[in-house]
Amino acid sequence: MKNENKLIPKIGLEIHCQLNTKSKLFCSCSTDFRNDNPNTHVCPTCLGLPGSLPVLNKKSIEYGIKICLSLNCSISNVGIFCRKNYFYPDLTKAFQITMGEKPLGFDGYLTINEDDNKLKKINISRIHLEEDPGRLVHINNHENSYTLVDYNRSGIPLVEIVTSPDIQSPKEARLFLNKLRTTLEYLDVFDSDNEGSLRVDANISLNGNNRVEIKNISSYRGVEKALTYEINRQTELINSNKFIEMETRHYHEDTGITTSGRNKEKSVDYRYFPEPDLPVIMVSEWVKDINLPELPDIKSKRFINEYLISPHYAYVLTSDINLANFYEMVCNVNPILSSAWIVDILLGELNYRDMKINEIITHKEYIVELIEILNNHLITDKSGVIVIRLILDQIKLGKNVEKPYDIIKRMNLNKESVDSFVDKIKMIVRNNKKAIDDHLSGKKGALNYIVGQVMKETKGKADPAEVHDIIEKLISKKTE
Amino acid sequence: MNLFEDEFNSFITICNLNENTKDIEKDLESGLIQNSKIAIKDNISTKDIETTCGSKILSGYIPPYDAFSVSCIKKEGGIIVGKTNMDEFGMGSTTENSAYGPTLNPHDKSRVAGGSSGGSAAAIASGVVNMALGSDTGGSIRCPASYCGIVGLKPTYGRVSRRGLIAYSNSFEQIGPMGKTVNDVEKLFEVISSYDSKDSTSYNNKYIHLSNKNKSKNKKIIGIPKEYFGEGVDSKVSSKIMNAISNIEDHEYEIIDCTIPSLKYALAAYYIICTSEASSNLSRFDGVRYGIKSELNDNWHDSYTNLRSKYFGEEVKKRILLGTFALSENYFGKYYEKAKYVCNLIKNDFSLIFKKCDFLIGPTMPTIAPKIGALSNSLDMYQTDILTVPANISGIPSISIPCGKVNGMPIGLQIMSKWNNEDEIFSLSYEIEEEIKK
Repeated sequence: MKNENKLIPKIGLEIHCQLNTKSKLFCSCSTDFRNDNPNTHVCPTCLGLPGSLPVLNKKSIEYGIKICLSLNCSISNVGIFCRKNYFYPDLTKAFQITMGEKPLGFDGYLTINEDDNKLKKINISRIHLEEDPGRLVHINNHENSYTLVDYNRSGIPLVEIVTSPDIQSPKEARLFLNKLRTTLEYLDVFDSDNEGSLRVDANISLNGNNRVEIKNISSYRGVEKALTYEINRQTELINSNKFIEMETRHYHEDTGITTSGRNKEKSVDYRYFPEPDLPVIMVSEWVKDINLPELPDIKSKRFINEYLISPHYAYVLTSDINLANFYEMVCNVNPILSSAWIVDILLGELNYRDMKINEIITHKEYIVELIEILNNHLITDKSGVIVIRLILDQIKLGKNVEKPYDIIKRMNLNKESVDSFVDKIKMIVRNNKKAIDDHLSGKKGALNYIVGQVMKETKGKADPAEVHDIIEKLISKKTE
Repeated sequence: MNLFEDEFNSFITICNLNENTKDIEKDLESGLIQNSKIAIKDNISTKDIETTCGSKILSGYIPPYDAFSVSCIKKEGGIIVGKTNMDEFGMGSTTENSAYGPTLNPHDKSRVAGGSSGGSAAAIASGVVNMALGSDTGGSIRCPASYCGIVGLKPTYGRVSRRGLIAYSNSFEQIGPMGKTVNDVEKLFEVISSYDSKDSTSYNNKYIHLSNKNKSKNKKIIGIPKEYFGEGVDSKVSSKIMNAISNIEDHEYEIIDCTIPSLKYALAAYYIICTSEASSNLSRFDGVRYGIKSELNDNWHDSYTNLRSKYFGEEVKKRILLGTFALSENYFGKYYEKAKYVCNLIKNDFSLIFKKCDFLIGPTMPTIAPKIGALSNSLDMYQTDILTVPANISGIPSISIPCGKVNGMPIGLQIMSKWNNEDEIFSLSYEIEEEIKK
């Protein structure tokens, strides 16, 4: 990358999340359509049949208010749904019912943790609710090309969250989205596992040049990739003194590039007017009954204060509500040890096996037992890894799961006192004169090499720290 | 085989009655309208019966569900005999704008039946049925009731569910009962005025006929608005109405003159808002999911344009364009928003007036039924709504009852009252009906 001009990006995100209410926004059709055939979760209202009327799903307003409060927004006194009129085959009524004209929440923010523990506030300009249109599927084969429409998605409640252009890098965008996802999951209003439950449009301008909109990003990774690509593309243009057009571009997940759209959306007049079939919502009366759960930043602070764990571990543990809850279920024996072990060991082993923390809740006593064992230094860390791997594999395969104590007995993993190994250690020290000499002449890592040899010989049953001490004593004795 | 001759082109669809009686509750021996034959205006959804709104674009559309008021009728033992002719999508005051031919006035076939519920009115006036459902957005029940010499009620906004009514102007319209006599209309109103939780503009105020109503001791005051007897109204019609009023004066009513100045803006406000809402409501008709099938080609935009241009009538296209214009970004404040302010003004004026009087009486229409083809200019047509739209704008209930004849043709007397006062409107209507019979 040329570094001729330091180009500062200004990035704003427009995020659409599907709420996980049981029913759609304006009818009682079930939102759980992903495993079913097209057009099976529909009714006159979400199909927009003549004579159909919308009925507001009250839960969605409750969810909307919760989201606004958790993102530190001011809340409007009233909520007004409007019609956004435009023609498109996925829009059954040829208008979308949306709160778009007057937001539900505004002037909020979300704080993200950058790497060096610096905190940055990303401002959120507005939040509102609207209904999802249907889904188009384009078929292109040898003889025919046509488009199919599936209205299962038509009427699903969406929350639209719009940020100010405060984001200054693709990485910040990713951090923001992760924090947003965490927060929404804390509120239990959103399932990030559901395909297509999150869509992002990004607006980016470099150094005051024209703003480019990127549409159609449907994954968290996609956002970072799309922005990175776009910054590169625009930087090259700027460095060769070319003009950046104000346009809408589409992101392609498979190739990771953005391509120019048709520019048709430059100035569409949606002829907004208030939806005459729905009454005005007295939002201010709803707000007093809304209770928020403990949100990530507050939970993180509490973990630090209550459990005396490090900010790093607190941050990781609270980045997922399920993980945070799990931690509190199992940590009592030794919160500090638990935090380190869960973050540094357990998470990695779960990820490797594509397992979620919730899958091991039923066996949480086993984890407590393992943490107890480690706390009492009954086995080495390496043995601990062997035990957890075995337990996770057994859970994943649906086999009978062994308790940690039983595994240790069966595999003879008990840490043995280092005294029983003294002879072995002495022998290894004798056989590794070169390493000793390297160590004495200041070469780093030489001693660890010898410790490693001992670990191999003792099949991991010796505690490496204790071995290290003994070897040092032996060497210093020799040199006396 | 048809059970009756449709001499006046009142019907678009005539039902096979054997099919229809299937739905009726067998164990319900005495529903409120048990075995009564009912005609339903063709913009009201009827399950498994074609519903066209008087338009070619919905030809072949078979709703998969019943409108709420249709369910109510079936529950109380009513039998649906057919779907009646209407101005396309409710846009018109004569039923000449139907894609299925005009409905003729049973009193004089060279004249219109009124609109947009012309088919329902003619079906009653010609004796095919005694009761029918219509819809009233700017006078569409009361106008044909007046021209055909029958009774028609536009209920208080929100008192009858709009679920299943194919929308033209959501802020103004109501499904309403039409009938041969005031009693027919009252009965049908009782059947259909139920709270519907699936209509967010419906509220809980079911009408129940009280056989021994305690007549209030207070003298009732009838207001005669100056605007209803002005120069736009045929003098013979005015005098007929004034006669009827003076005949009941000794029934212990006080008659006062009054004026509602904001009414002069009513027609303009009405047409701006109803065309705006219509332009949005009618956007869904594209031949993809129901109705007449689109010849889809590569470009969906062209397919939509071709279909809508071909199968919407001229008046409908005109109003869609007007409404689109009124809602457009540069003009929203000047037209739509302003019209909304005017509506509030008119509502307030009615609030004030009903502190001074209990009823307002005037003619329903400025003239008798015009000859077919006479109102060829849209603006002339819109003008005839001038006495009926105020009730739609304000949401108050209004009934039209027959009030004798002028030049051999029926005219209607209109009674308006405050919100939810259908009760007293019926009382007064019975009295006037009695008087007129004498």
